Amino acid sequence: MIGKYALRLASLGYLAVLLVAPVGFVFWRTFEHGVGPAWDAVTTPDALHALKVTLILTAIAVPANTVFGVLCALAIVRHRYPGAGIVNAVVDLPLALSPVVAGVALLLLYGRGRWLGGHGIVFALPGMVLATIFVSLPFVVREVVPVLREIGTEQEQAAATLGASGFQTFLRVTWPAIRWATAYGVVLTTARALGEFGAVSVVSGRLVGQTESLTLYIQDRYVSFDTTGAYAAAVVLALLAMVTLILMTRLKPKEGTQ
Amino acid sequence: MIEARGIVKRFGDFTALDGVSVDVPTGSLTALLGPSGSGKSTLLRVVAGLEQPDAGEVSLDGEDVTRLPPQSRGVGFVFQHYAAFKHMTVWDNVAFGLTIRRRPRSEIKQRVTELLDLVQLSGLAKRYPAQLSGGQRQRMGLARALAVDPKVLLLDEPFGALDARVRKELRIWLRRLHDETHTTTVIVTHDQEEAMDVADRVVVMNAGRVEQTAPPRELYDHPANEFVMSFVGPVNRLGDTFIRPHDVELLLEPNGSTQEAMVQRLVHLGFEVRVELVRDDGETLSAQLTREQVETLELQHGQIVYVRPTHQTVFAD
Amino acid sequence: MAANAGTVPAAPGARRSLAPGLSIGLSTLYLSLIVLLPLAALSWRAHGWGAVSTPQAVAALRLTLGLSVAVALVNAVFGTAIAWTLVRDRFVGQGFVNALVDLPFALPTIVAGLTLLALYGPKSPVGINAAFTRWGLLLALLFVTLPFVVRTVQPVLFELDREMEDAAASLGAGRVTTFLRIILPSILPAILSGVALAFARAVGEFGAVVLISGNLPFKTEVVSVYVLGRLESNDSGGAAAASVVILLISFGVLLAIGGLRRWVTRHDR
Repeated sequence: MIGKYALRLASLGYLAVLLVAPVGFVFWRTFEHGVGPAWDAVTTPDALHALKVTLILTAIAVPANTVFGVLCALAIVRHRYPGAGIVNAVVDLPLALSPVVAGVALLLLYGRGRWLGGHGIVFALPGMVLATIFVSLPFVVREVVPVLREIGTEQEQAAATLGASGFQTFLRVTWPAIRWATAYGVVLTTARALGEFGAVSVVSGRLVGQTESLTLYIQDRYVSFDTTGAYAAAVVLALLAMVTLILMTRLKPKEGTQ
Repeated sequence: MIEARGIVKRFGDFTALDGVSVDVPTGSLTALLGPSGSGKSTLLRVVAGLEQPDAGEVSLDGEDVTRLPPQSRGVGFVFQHYAAFKHMTVWDNVAFGLTIRRRPRSEIKQRVTELLDLVQLSGLAKRYPAQLSGGQRQRMGLARALAVDPKVLLLDEPFGALDARVRKELRIWLRRLHDETHTTTVIVTHDQEEAMDVADRVVVMNAGRVEQTAPPRELYDHPANEFVMSFVGPVNRLGDTFIRPHDVELLLEPNGSTQEAMVQRLVHLGFEVRVELVRDDGETLSAQLTREQVETLELQHGQIVYVRPTHQTVFAD
Repeated sequence: MAANAGTVPAAPGARRSLAPGLSIGLSTLYLSLIVLLPLAALSWRAHGWGAVSTPQAVAALRLTLGLSVAVALVNAVFGTAIAWTLVRDRFVGQGFVNALVDLPFALPTIVAGLTLLALYGPKSPVGINAAFTRWGLLLALLFVTLPFVVRTVQPVLFELDREMEDAAASLGAGRVTTFLRIILPSILPAILSGVALAFARAVGEFGAVVLISGNLPFKTEVVSVYVLGRLESNDSGGAAAASVVILLISFGVLLAIGGLRRWVTRHDR
C-alpha cells in the first residue's frame, strides 16, 4: 500500500513541479494587480496586431491542412500507388523535425534569389503561413489514417453496389465515420498553429507590428524587459491552450482511464 | 441470367480463379459451394464488379458488364459481416439506394415500409445497427439490397457469422423469400448442408475451378469426382472405391463378398447411430444405421461384424 | 485488430472511391511544396561543412545529444510512473490530471519557457535560479516532452491482460517480480517508442529553451539555437549544414520507431 501512495505522490509531484506550478505562477503574476494592467498590456496596438497575425496564420493553415489531411489519409489507406511508402514516411517528418530546421529549409527554397524565391514570400506573411502549415501538417493525417483502416472498405463497397458514386460514398458513408477523428486532428492542428514559434521565427524577419505573431511578440516583450506584456500575452495563449485541452478531452477516443 | 466466361483472377502469385465459366439461369437460386480459398467469393465479387477479372467476361441479361463499375450493374450484394452503415438507422440503411437515386419521398416511404415488413423489422426502423442482433442485421442487409430492385441478388456467406440455430431459420426464410420474389439469386457458402437445403442448383468449386454444376440431389447421387463426393457428404474410402456410410450394411455372419471388421465405437445421434469400425489392416470406416437396426443386431463395443456395401462408387481416373 | 497491423491491401472496389487521381495527386503536390522541396533545397545548400566541425558547433551538438539522452531517461521513468498512476490508481481529480498531461502539447513552447523562467528564473519566488544553466535547459526539455511516454504507454497498460498478473501471482511471483518479468516486457516497446519521440523532440526543441538558456556558446547553446546564430551571421551554408545534421537525426529516430512498430506487430501475434 505504501508503494502505491509513494508512486502516486511521485507522479503527481513531478507534474506539479514541472507543469502546474510554473503555469499557475504566471497566471498569478499576470493578475496580481488586477485585470486592468493585464488588459492594457494585451490591447496595445502591437499586441493586437500580433494576435491578428497569429489568427490569420491559423485561419489559413488549419483549413489547408484539414483538406490535405483527409485527402492524404485516403491516398495512404485506400490506394496503392508507387511512392505511397515515401508519402507515409514524409508525413511524419514534421512531428520529429526541429521547427528551426523547417524554417531554414523554407528560407532556402523560397528566399530572395533562391529556387522558388521571390519578393514577398520570406520575411512576410506568406512565408509564415508556409512555416505554420509545415509544422502542423501531420496531425489530421495521423488521426484519420487509423480510423480509415479500422472501418475497412465493406461499407464503401456496399454503397457502390447500391449505386452510390465515389463522391456520394465519401459524403454519406466514409465522412460520417471519420468526422470525429478529423475534428480531433483539427484541434491538434489549431493548437500547433497558434503556438508555433521556431519556424515562424526564422522566416518572419520579425518586423514589429508587421510580421510578428503572438509567440514572437512574447519573446520580444520579454527581452525588452517588459515582463508584464510578455506574461499577459502568454496568458492569452495559455487560455487558448486550455480551450484546446478541453476540446481534446471531449473529442478523444476513449482510452486510458476508465 | 448471369453468364461468366473464362474468368481468371490472380492476387500476386495466387490464382483465385483459373478460367471459370458459370451460367446462372434467370429466376434460379444457385449456390456456389466450396472450401475456403476455392475462389467462390472472388467469383461473386467479380460478378458484382467489386473485383476486376484479369481475363474473361461477365454478362447480365445478355449485356456485357465486364468493364462496368458496381454502381451501374444493378446487382444487390449482401456481405458476410453485414457492411451495415453504422451511423444510419435501419430505415436509412434500407432507404440508402433509393435516396441516392433521388426517388420521391412517398415512393421511398412506401418501398421501405414494404421491405421492412418483408424482413420482419418494422418495429426496429429507428434503431441503429449496433442495437440489432446478427440475424436482424443480416435481414436489414437483405432488405437494403432488395430496395433498388436488383437484376440479381448476390449473397457472400450471408449466414457465416451467425450461430447454428439462426442460420437454419434464415435459410428457410431466404428460400421462402426467393419463392415469392423469384429474383435471380447466387449464394456463396462453404456449408454443403446449407447449399443443398436452399439452392435449386449447386456449383461446386475447388482451387479456382468448377468441379461440377448440378441440382442438389444429382450432386449427391452422381458426384462427378472424388472431390465432389467427399465434399457434399461423409464418405468411406476403401482402396479405389467410395461408399457413403448409409450404404454400408452390417451382417453378423460372413458371406462371399463381405469384409471382417470390429466395432470400435457406437455414437448415438438420436434416431440414427453411427457405428465406427476398424478392419484387420487398420483402416477405419463408419456405417450409418437406424436405432432399430443396431438393436436387432445387438451391436456392442469390440464385436466382430461383416461389412457389405449396398452401393459404391469408383471414379475412372 | 488485424486491420491495424501493417498495410491493409486496398480493396479493388475502393479504386473508384473519391477519384484516386485527386487524392493522390493533390496530397503529393502539397507535400512536395511544403515539405519535400524545402528539405531538398536545404540539402542542396548545405555547403560549408566546416560550420558543423567548429568547436562551437561540436559543443552545441554534444550538449544537445547529452541533454536529449537525459531527457529520454527521465521520461522513461516518470512517464511510465504517470501512466501507471493514471491507469491503475484511483483518486479524486484523476480526469483532470489525465487532461493536464496534454498541456505541453497544447501550450505554445515559448509560453512554456516563459513560465519556467518566471518560477525558476532570476526573480524566482522559491529561490531557485536555473536561468542560463544546463539545469534550466533540462527543465524546459522535460516540460515539452512530458506527454510522449505517458501517451504511448497508457493505452498499452490499459489493454494489458490482468489475468497474466493473476497467473504470475498464483505461481508465487511477488509484486516486483511480476512487474519486471510480466508487465515490463509487455510495455517496453511502448516505452521505447515514447522515449524515441521525446528524444527527437528534445534534439530539435527551440521555443522552450530560447529564453531560459541564455544561448551562451560552449555552455548553454543547443544546436537549433546554433543554426539560428549561423543564419544571423549570414552563413546560410553553415546553417543548412547544421540543419542537415538535425534532419538526419530526426530521420534516424523515425526509422527506429518504424522498425520498432514492425518488430512489435511481428511478435505480438
